[in-house]
Amino acid sequence: MTDLSVSLPQARPSLLAPSARMRRRNAAERRFRLYGLAAIAVSLAILAIMLATILRDGVSSFTQARLSFPVTLPAEVLDPKGNRDPAEMGKVTTIGYGKVLTAAFLAELERRGIAEDGVGAKKVAELISKDAPGTLRARVLADPALIGGTIDASVFASGRIDGYLKGRVTLESAERDSNISPGQLRLAQKLVEAGMLTSGFNWSFLTNPDASDQRPEAAGLGVAILGSLYMMVLVLIMCVPVGIAASIYLEEFAPKNRWTDAIEVNISNLAAVPSIVYGILGLAIFINFAGLPQSSSLVGALVLSLMTLPTIIIATRAAIRAVPPSIRDAALGVGASKMQTVFHHVLPLAMPGILTGTILGLASALGETAPLLLIGMVAFVDNYPAAPPEGILDPATALPVQVYSWASRSDPAFIERSNGAIIVLLVFLVAMNVAAILLRRRFERRW
Amino acid sequence: MSVPMTLAAVLVLALAGFLLARHRALATAGGNPRLLHSLPAYYGWFGAIRVLVPGLVTLSLWLVLQPLVIESRIAATLPPALSADPAVRELALTDIRRLAEGLDIAVAAGALTPGAAAALSPPEARASLAAIGVALGSDVTPEVLAAAQDYRTAAARGAMLRTALTLAAALAGLLSAFRRSHKDFRARNSVERVVLWLLIAASSIAVLTTVGIVWSMVSETFDFFAKYPAKDFFFSLTWSPNFRGGSDLGIVPLIWGTLYITLIAMLVAVPIGLFAAIFLAEYATRRTRAWVKPLIEIIAGIPTVVFGIFALITVGPALRDWFAQPLGLGNSGSSVMTAGIVIGILNIPFISSLSDDIINAVPQSLRDGSLGLGATRSETVKQVILPAALPGIVGAVLMATSRAIGETMIVVMGAGAAAKLSLNPFEAMTTMTVKIVGQLTGDTDFASPETLVAFALGMTLFVITLGLNIFALWIVRKYREQYE
Repeated sequence: MTDLSVSLPQARPSLLAPSARMRRRNAAERRFRLYGLAAIAVSLAILAIMLATILRDGVSSFTQARLSFPVTLPAEVLDPKGNRDPAEMGKVTTIGYGKVLTAAFLAELERRGIAEDGVGAKKVAELISKDAPGTLRARVLADPALIGGTIDASVFASGRIDGYLKGRVTLESAERDSNISPGQLRLAQKLVEAGMLTSGFNWSFLTNPDASDQRPEAAGLGVAILGSLYMMVLVLIMCVPVGIAASIYLEEFAPKNRWTDAIEVNISNLAAVPSIVYGILGLAIFINFAGLPQSSSLVGALVLSLMTLPTIIIATRAAIRAVPPSIRDAALGVGASKMQTVFHHVLPLAMPGILTGTILGLASALGETAPLLLIGMVAFVDNYPAAPPEGILDPATALPVQVYSWASRSDPAFIERSNGAIIVLLVFLVAMNVAAILLRRRFERRW
Repeated sequence: MSVPMTLAAVLVLALAGFLLARHRALATAGGNPRLLHSLPAYYGWFGAIRVLVPGLVTLSLWLVLQPLVIESRIAATLPPALSADPAVRELALTDIRRLAEGLDIAVAAGALTPGAAAALSPPEARASLAAIGVALGSDVTPEVLAAAQDYRTAAARGAMLRTALTLAAALAGLLSAFRRSHKDFRARNSVERVVLWLLIAASSIAVLTTVGIVWSMVSETFDFFAKYPAKDFFFSLTWSPNFRGGSDLGIVPLIWGTLYITLIAMLVAVPIGLFAAIFLAEYATRRTRAWVKPLIEIIAGIPTVVFGIFALITVGPALRDWFAQPLGLGNSGSSVMTAGIVIGILNIPFISSLSDDIINAVPQSLRDGSLGLGATRSETVKQVILPAALPGIVGAVLMATSRAIGETMIVVMGAGAAAKLSLNPFEAMTTMTVKIVGQLTGDTDFASPETLVAFALGMTLFVITLGLNIFALWIVRKYREQYE
């Protein structure tokens, strides 16, 4: 016994005071927990930073600087024949309207006595957007009665002036900028004080088509939103019936054989194929082989449909599987055929799940960019596609593609637009996801 | 009759088929639906299907075959000067088709009377088409105009025949449906058989897509290897395409860039994703979990182009100003590091939600046993749960790797375009996907190896990602622990 007491070097420590080893283990435990917490914090912080930078850079694209001044429309310039016939007035190009606009602007500045040293007439005219003459021309051609009178024009200021009002362009940056001079900015400041240069909500960002590199202030998302809308509707029409039919077959009717196995393996692999491969498929088959027009919404929708199909099939199958077998047994028991059981009982019960999956599939299709680049949707499109059905063959672009093509232009004003486009895209995505969540909440059933 | 009109006529006939077949079946039962084998609507659907199937099949077959037949006949009548060389013949046929279609448009728009359109001289034809906005590539020669007129008469005759045959087939179907609609006829069974075939056809589309993907890439890839040696493609260390010819199209720098970026992405995504999953599954309270899990999954719902912008505007410049330039490693905002980190962020929710599911699938009894023996929670996670969940987690990581390899927008906007073999992570490098986009956007000439190489790259990408996925599924299946 004495041996034993010798072999115990010290008395057993108190249960209340942890041993050194236990302290180490507890410290490791705390560290481990901290790593987990840090991982979550990092992910959420990145998400927050990302959304914050997009909002910071993008919200300003919804406002736009406009110059307002009276414009007298001289009949002898704009309608030389004097018969107010829009066809003949169409011969006066935007250059002619540009001169009218510039003259009116200079006259107004002179009347108000606003001037800036070293800013000549040409430099003053640069404050007006290059888009303005076209807008004025369209307005006059739509209403020839305006000619000869004086109208209150409210036209875009040039992109740099807009940037000045938003703080993107400063007197220092203007020193190094060949497109704007500090004098012009000081003049703009005087115009703001005189109330001629104002900044307001910019609907045309949502409705205008894209504009060339020189006119960021006029670029809008109209064509992109329309193109995305066409594609989503087409994806819905093409993809959902096929997806549901395929899921019904695989879940309810398919015998266990090689063919159905092949289909199963295929679907799970297709869901993992990189999206750009679908772009190659679209280019090779729909454009080169079938001869469908490049950059049309139809080709885009076909590609997105093939891409979304596996997602929808997987979601639909899960929804069908969630319907308990007792429902099927009961229907079969009262004499329904297999087909009647599926279409009259299983499918309606699975519908909320199918709808949720479909909306989420569409949302991911809406944000897809890479395959659309390959089928030519990145091309510059400044005409609205026609109304469907012909319009689905017209060139169009899509929201995420517009984000990319603006981001790759050099003028920083386009970066702002690009972020604005992301905000619009995210609004659509959030709306779709909220719809899916509400649907699930409203109709989810626990068996 | 135009195609939409024919289609409408077939639909009207189908409606008639529905009503007639249903009515006749009821009539044979003396108006008492209980004497019928199937519900009355099934007889109706049977009638409609009997009209639609033959009608639509005839119509679509005709629409596919007619241009082929007409063109081969026109090609046979072309003078030898136009028909000798296949490329010239193809061009001439395109001209003929455009001219014929233009004349039809002119007649439809009322710019020409049908008689005047048939009697045009070549210069007049060009002028009158220009007036309605149809531009012709080359001058209209008399032979081409004559062929175009032949084309128009043949097409017009074809359209007549098409309408007649389609309607005849639909009517025949209607008649047979009417004759077979009898109270003892098993209408439901035959309707259900058709529906089953439709379902099978729909599920085959998935297989057809795969076939389409493989076929579209294989044929062009073979074209490419006929023009450019496969050995150089796979083993050459330089990538410098030159659209005037004499390009070096070695895939090695692209594979290097892809793998380097993927490695960095995984170094970001795996620890963060895994720890997030462990915390959510083992430590978080129910309430935290209900809030945090959807928030992390929001990241997965954000389009990749948004991550691209994030890389381009925020991450790239930040890395350049804070790391690359102070360390003297480079001046480029787009770099392997930028793209890798952002792709890693994109993959965090993917790894965390997959691992979360897998960790949750480990039975509670294992945890209880380990905790009961006195292990701390972290020891339980490290020594019991992770080993049990390992195959699933490896599978998830492999799938995330395959996604990172195939990611396009982030690397297009964040990685740069220069193909380089370098170890410096702050240097701009490029990947296979970037080059696919680069070689296939803009004006492309599908005869040059510089364009076709994109298909070979796509094929390589497809094989790599598919292989990784199959491997991941195999691992999950093979090493999955079976509980209960």
